[in-house]
Parts: sequence; C-alpha cells; structure tokens
Amino acid sequence: MKDQKTTALNLTDEEFVYPGNRACAGCGLSILYRTGLKAIGRDAILVVPPSCLTVMQGLYPIASTQLSVLNVTFASAASAASGVRAALRAQKNDHTRVVAWAGDGGTADIGIQALSGAIERGEDFLYICYDNEAYMNTGIQRSGTTPQGTFTTNTAIHGKRQKSKNLPGIIAAHSPAYVASCSAAYPTDFHDKIQKALGFTGLKYIHIHTPCPSGWQIEERLSVTIGKLAVETGLYVLYEVEDGEMKLSAPSARLLTKKKLPPVSDYLAPQGRFKTLPAESIEELQQEVDAKWETYRSQMV
Amino acid sequence: MFVFESGNVAAATGVKLARAQVIAAYPITPQTPLTEKLSVFVDTGELEAEYVAVESEHSALAVCIGATSTGTRAFTATSANGLLYMSEQVHWTAGARLPMVMCVVNRGVGAPWSVWNDHQDSISQRDAGWIQLYAKDHQEIIDTVIKAFRLTQEVCIPVMVCYDGYYLSHTYMPFEVPEQEQVDAFLPPYQYRHKLGPENPTSLNTVTLPSGRTDRDGNPVPGYMEIRRCLHMELREAIEIYERIDSEFKSIFGRGGNAIAEKYLCDDAEYVAVALGSMSNQIKDAVDELRDEGLRVGLLALSLYRPFPSDLIATELSGRRGVIVFEKALSPGNTGAVFGDIRAALYESSARPFLRNYILGLGGRSYKTADFCSAMRESVETGSEQSEHPAWIGLNR
Repeated sequence: MKDQKTTALNLTDEEFVYPGNRACAGCGLSILYRTGLKAIGRDAILVVPPSCLTVMQGLYPIASTQLSVLNVTFASAASAASGVRAALRAQKNDHTRVVAWAGDGGTADIGIQALSGAIERGEDFLYICYDNEAYMNTGIQRSGTTPQGTFTTNTAIHGKRQKSKNLPGIIAAHSPAYVASCSAAYPTDFHDKIQKALGFTGLKYIHIHTPCPSGWQIEERLSVTIGKLAVETGLYVLYEVEDGEMKLSAPSARLLTKKKLPPVSDYLAPQGRFKTLPAESIEELQQEVDAKWETYRSQMV
Repeated sequence: MFVFESGNVAAATGVKLARAQVIAAYPITPQTPLTEKLSVFVDTGELEAEYVAVESEHSALAVCIGATSTGTRAFTATSANGLLYMSEQVHWTAGARLPMVMCVVNRGVGAPWSVWNDHQDSISQRDAGWIQLYAKDHQEIIDTVIKAFRLTQEVCIPVMVCYDGYYLSHTYMPFEVPEQEQVDAFLPPYQYRHKLGPENPTSLNTVTLPSGRTDRDGNPVPGYMEIRRCLHMELREAIEIYERIDSEFKSIFGRGGNAIAEKYLCDDAEYVAVALGSMSNQIKDAVDELRDEGLRVGLLALSLYRPFPSDLIATELSGRRGVIVFEKALSPGNTGAVFGDIRAALYESSARPFLRNYILGLGGRSYKTADFCSAMRESVETGSEQSEHPAWIGLNR
C-alpha cells in the first residue's frame, strides 16, 4: 500500500478545506492545499506566516481549514513550528504532525534564517514552500525566487535584473532528512512526497513550483498547463534528495530518454510577466536548460 | 533553603520551580547566565523541559508562541537589542493573549553599543500590551518569576519580569529558595483553553476585519478594535488580580505585600521619590540619611509599571509637597516615561505636588547614594518644578 502511487482514483474523498475560500480563480496553491492536507491528515498542526495562504484561510471567525492552524509572524514559520514540536514533545505526543506552510517570500527571504536554524537543530517537522515566484499577496513584488527578467510591480521597467536563488539547493546543503521539489501541476506527486516525507524524523522540506494567474499574467484555466510546461521543457525539475543523493521524480525522469525537449519559450510565451524578456535572454536560458539536461543524461542514463 | 547566588540564578531557579516546559533562548549579555543555568537544569534532568537553542531572539519568542499555543508553559529571557529584535513577537504575544513569562535583564540599547545597565529596553516595549514587573533584589527576582507564571495564566496576558543587568544579574546575594511542593500548591499546571491540536481544530490569529462580523450561526463576534480593548481592560483588571496572587503568595511563603509598589517611610513624607528596580535600594539609604537631617522624605519603589497603577499613584502622591522621579530611561524629546505617567496620574489631583524628573545611569553611567541625596536635597530646597524636565545626574560637563 505504501508503495502505491497516488492517483486521482485512490486519493481520499475526504476534504480538509472548505470550498468557497478566498483563493483567486486558477490559484495553484489551492490545488496544493486541498491535495496536501489529504496527505497530512487531521492529526496535524499547521503553522502559517503571512502569504496568500493567510488570505485563503478566511477572515475571523470563519476559517476554511478544518485543521488547527497557528498564524504567525512573517519571519517565524520555522521557529514557531519548532515551538509547536517542542510542546508536543513535552506532552509526550509523538503522533501529531507539525507542518509549516509558507510562500517563497516567507521562506527564501524573510524566513530563511529561522528555517536554517531549525534544520541545523534537527527539528522534526515538514516545511512546505509554495513558490509562486514573487510576493503575490502584497501585489506581485520581486522575491529571492523571482526569475531573471520577470515583470513584477517593483521591477516594472526592465524586469528583475538578478537570477533567482536555488532555494531547495540551499536547503539541501543543510542536509535535512528529506528535500523534494514539486509542481502544483502534479498534485499526486506532491501527495506522494508528503506521505514519504512524513515517514522521516527530522526536518523535511518540499518546494513547489506554483503557477499564479494574477501574478504571472496567464489565463486562469492555464495554471496546470503552464505548470506542466515548466517541467516538460526541463526548466523546472522535480526531484528528491535523500542522504545527499538526488533522484529525479517520474515527470522529470521521463525526460531523460527524450532526444529533444520542447523549447522553454513554450513555457515563457503565454505568460505576461515575461513579455519584456529579450530574445537573447530566452536563448541564454535555453542554453542553461540544455546544459543542465546534458549533465543529467551523462550522470543518470 | 537560603542560598548565596547571582540574580540570574535566582531567576533560573524560579523558572525551574515553576516547571517551565519549553525554554527558548539566544545568548545576550547580561541575560546569558540565566539561560545557561536553565540549559544545565534541563541537561541534568533537574528540570524536565525542552530547551531550544534558537538562532535569534525573534525565533526565541516564536518558539514560545508555538509552545504556549500548543498547551505548554514556556519561558524565554533577553536584554536590550535582543528584546528589540523580538519586538514584533512581543506585540504578537500580547495580541494573541498568550500566557508567557519573559525575563528582561535590563541593559542599555545600542547605538552606540553598551552592554551596561539602564531601563531603556523594557521601557521601550511598554506599549506592547505586556505586564511589566520590576524586581529590586534577588529574593524579589525569584518570587516575582513564580508569581508571574501564576498571574500570566490567570489573565492570559504575557508578563515581563525585569531586573537590572549586572547590579542584580551578576551580583551575589543570599535569598530563600521556595520548596517545590509549596510552589506546586501555589502554581497549578498550565492549561490553555485554545490549545492547538486535532481534538479541537482552531485557527488562531487569522485576519480580523476592522468592523467585526458574524460567525456561521449569524452571531456577532468581536472585531480587531474590540479585541484590543479587551486586552486593555483586562490589563487594568490584572492589577487587582496580581494583588490577590501576591497575598496568596505571602500566606504560603511569608514574603510579599508590595505587589504594586513598596512604600518606604512614606506615611508622613512631604517629599516622595519614585523609582523602578534596584536603584530603590540606594534611594532607601538616601532617604535614611535625609531623615537624619530632618527632611521628611520617603520612597515609592514601583514594582508594576504596566498596567500603570494610576489609582495608587494618585492616592499615594496627592497631597505631598514634592515628588521626585528617578529614571534610567528616557522618552527622547520628552521626559522620562515614568515621570510622564505620574504627571498624567496626578493631573486631576486637587493637591498636586510639584514634580521633578532626574535621568541617571544611562548605558551604565555610575551613580552613588550621595547623588540621590543631592537630588532630593535640591528638590526640597528648591521647592518647585525644574524649569526644564528632565534634569540629569552624573553628566560629564
């Protein structure tokens, strides 16, 4: 049973998020949140710093999440989760799951110190970062994970000039119990990885590429399509890191045997946020992706 | 049992006796020996608790916020810039109405760097919604820590126990360590009504509208402003509750009775000095000396700064000739914060004394008992307010 992959057929019908919450139409996070909580189950405490997820939870006194949620300050998701875990340990509770769920700003930027500290201390909880590649909740400002050339509301003229941080790589360099990258376009892969992660003691980190129609300037109906294109073009890689070993996940692993991947421009072109990206930057990005896959093929095939 | 130990050890021993379950700490002088001692208590098994050595003060309070919300008694301690670094969390803890105790080992705030004592750190957090208690000796530190744990869980408002860096934290004094059984009788185990967990799914600290709204059954619930007012009103009520807790403490341990303030030779005093923390001990000596000179002076040593005991201040200080407020902190561009509060409390008094404000000891600038004598003598002789508040003691000219 444990090895059985999650599919739409065997995913539980039980819902942990009420419908009609405040997520935007086409929100990648809402796919993830709904699916992710199915994997986490009811015996859990969530810790959430400010992000779109704060908004999705609803306005006091009505909440969209059926689990216990502790909303905390922006920089403190990982440390507050450490406190929740410490309290459970003090109460000899070894069954309740602790999950910090933050955005890219709350993880890559303001929250990275607390997260780094928590991994170093060997804290036992799951940290999920949904990465929609900008501060969407405050109105689309650049974050540490915003790709180079992206239009945001504070890189409106030239696009973001700098490259993004490799956040899962930074986390993996801390040697936590488990690191995985996911995509909102592959919710069952996310479900599998949560279940797997929760089997480890120590800090587990899952990073999710999360399309955001409002921030990415795409049609709401295209969230999953765009998310898939990021993976299929080889730009965004789904993988797991255990004991320092990186292993490609199925949607990315199957690209290894393909002679040629679709061009990254297939992923970039439908997104308004890349409108000002010059042709030479796209070419440069294509070369980086090609080189990356050349390396993967030489190492893994 | 009497021991001869430092103020930081007195605080740590109080935390141990209170059976704190989660301790989070980050090193900062002069607080560090307090949490070092706690780490030893935990490692040797003398205290059954989780000790989380965090990477910052912001995270220290975050750990305590998580731990308290999950139903355990949590503790942290800090000083100066550490307190300011966690300031966002300080406000958060009070807004979330979390029962928690934090020791603030008072130290001057940078810049420029100073590791020495004054009160600017905790005074700067006076509007965060915490209860602030100030101890003036080691016995008061350990007793106040224990009482603070009781108070915080009765009122669901976090409590800062403040004591002077070095003057108290690193000096040695004899003090009595209460018996564990007596502390257990005084301080029931921590229970949190809104404890997080699967038994009672709760969403804490969600976004709250300015206007308030109804719940799913159509019943109105408080908005942000009602929630804030509730904190304010219950802070005020906490004064009486603390007095009751202090009386109960006295009946068990034989010490106490000065929950809000200690009055020293105040009964017939025409002039009353007011101060927070350990300088009160020196002011007592100054009062004795001036009494020998025939001056009718006294001291009101404040233990509770927030909520501000305005009623007690008005009752105690109305009708005196003069009130002299000594402070180791300043609201820059205005006066000392305590002075401002006392002046406001006396505004409606028909027998309003003249008020004088002296700032001293900032960043550890030394002061002597003779300085208090001079300031009080000057106040009595002048018999009126300063032309400009505040005056400064010990400035290099």
